[in-house]
Amino acid sequence: MAKYKVVHYVNQFYGQIGGEEKADIPPEKHEGKLGPGLGLATALGDDYEIVETIICGDSYFGEHMDEALPVITKWVEEIKPDLFIAGPAFNAGRYGVACGAVCKAVGELGIPTVTGMYEENPGADMYKSDTIIVKTRDSAAGMRKAVPAMAKIAKKLAEGEELGSAEEEGYIPTGVRTNYFAEERGSKRAVDMLVKKLAGEPFITEYPMPIFDKVDPAPAVKDLSKATIALVTSGGIVPKGNPDRIESSSASKYGEYSIEGIADLDPSNSETAHGGYDPVYANEDADRVLPVDVLREMEKDGEIGKLFERFYTTTGNGTAVASAKKFAEEIAQKLKNANVDAVILTST
Amino acid sequence: MVKEIERAGFPVVHICTVTPISLTVGANRIVPAIAIPHPLGDPGLDREEEYKLRRKIVETALHALTTEVDEQTIFEVK
Repeated sequence: MAKYKVVHYVNQFYGQIGGEEKADIPPEKHEGKLGPGLGLATALGDDYEIVETIICGDSYFGEHMDEALPVITKWVEEIKPDLFIAGPAFNAGRYGVACGAVCKAVGELGIPTVTGMYEENPGADMYKSDTIIVKTRDSAAGMRKAVPAMAKIAKKLAEGEELGSAEEEGYIPTGVRTNYFAEERGSKRAVDMLVKKLAGEPFITEYPMPIFDKVDPAPAVKDLSKATIALVTSGGIVPKGNPDRIESSSASKYGEYSIEGIADLDPSNSETAHGGYDPVYANEDADRVLPVDVLREMEKDGEIGKLFERFYTTTGNGTAVASAKKFAEEIAQKLKNANVDAVILTST
Repeated sequence: MVKEIERAGFPVVHICTVTPISLTVGANRIVPAIAIPHPLGDPGLDREEEYKLRRKIVETALHALTTEVDEQTIFEVK
């Protein structure tokens, strides 16, 4: 008999149920280990047993968080595991948010929780104070490294061992500061850092300043009937055939396409290039992501001044924040040059 | 992207399903959508009903763009 009971959470893909077409499945449970749980079990060793794997579709979780969470926590409570592990989610946004949210809820039951994700995963910023998030690479290619790192921290938590600093252990800083006895007194450490700084050498601060990067809301549009509105999307809508070959994930570019004379998006003129959601609905009718039909009608009726003649698009899944930032800066410049007044940005 | 476009001075309304992500990335005007694979549609409805639903969401988005806000605000579709 293993000493420690573990419950593992995965999405529909790692739970071997299916891809995006199964992303809308509600939570289900599976006895024993599954998918990445196999590697996890090996890394955890004989004292640990993954007794149950909980699987939930990423879209289902994102759309029904309030319904999925109580179901999952109830199942966890029934088992009373010593440890709860979710993911790893790498840079998958919906999955990262799910892992973070589930760990937070299970953590509130007093059970230690660990997950793993890439630093830029939106789930990392949202839940870093609520669970231990082991830093992973941005794709499943990092599985082999992520699993032992997560297992190592998970074992410490289950066995009540104290965790070292985020830096030493490789998790995302939780924002919790811990007292410890340093070998050298503060004044000496501070002077050492200063000397290194003056010499242009790297040093690690003991008090990193938080980075606040809020953008103040721009002033509202005064008169819609005179305003030019532009459409931008991270949902990957492109002209039929994806002429610029925008990647289905981790996009390296964005597209700028004319919608002049187009009153309605349909399968003859549009499709989605996005690989992070089930494309069936957007391919059937791309207005479901980029509402050209409605805005055209409003333009005709004079409710808005004008729908800007071009739209901008990329695929937002797994795309590096630095890339998205660069795309948006360029897009903003183009919109400025064209005297656009406001932007509707849609995301899937 | 929302943030960088807004930084350039444009009011931006973000229509998306997972609003907590939108809040985290720093959108200031947010309109909740229907579902991840079809934010502005519902394939379960007939075309006319679906169009009406999409129009309501876009109207809410335009209402958000004409409303002054001084902090992150979610505009529910009525």
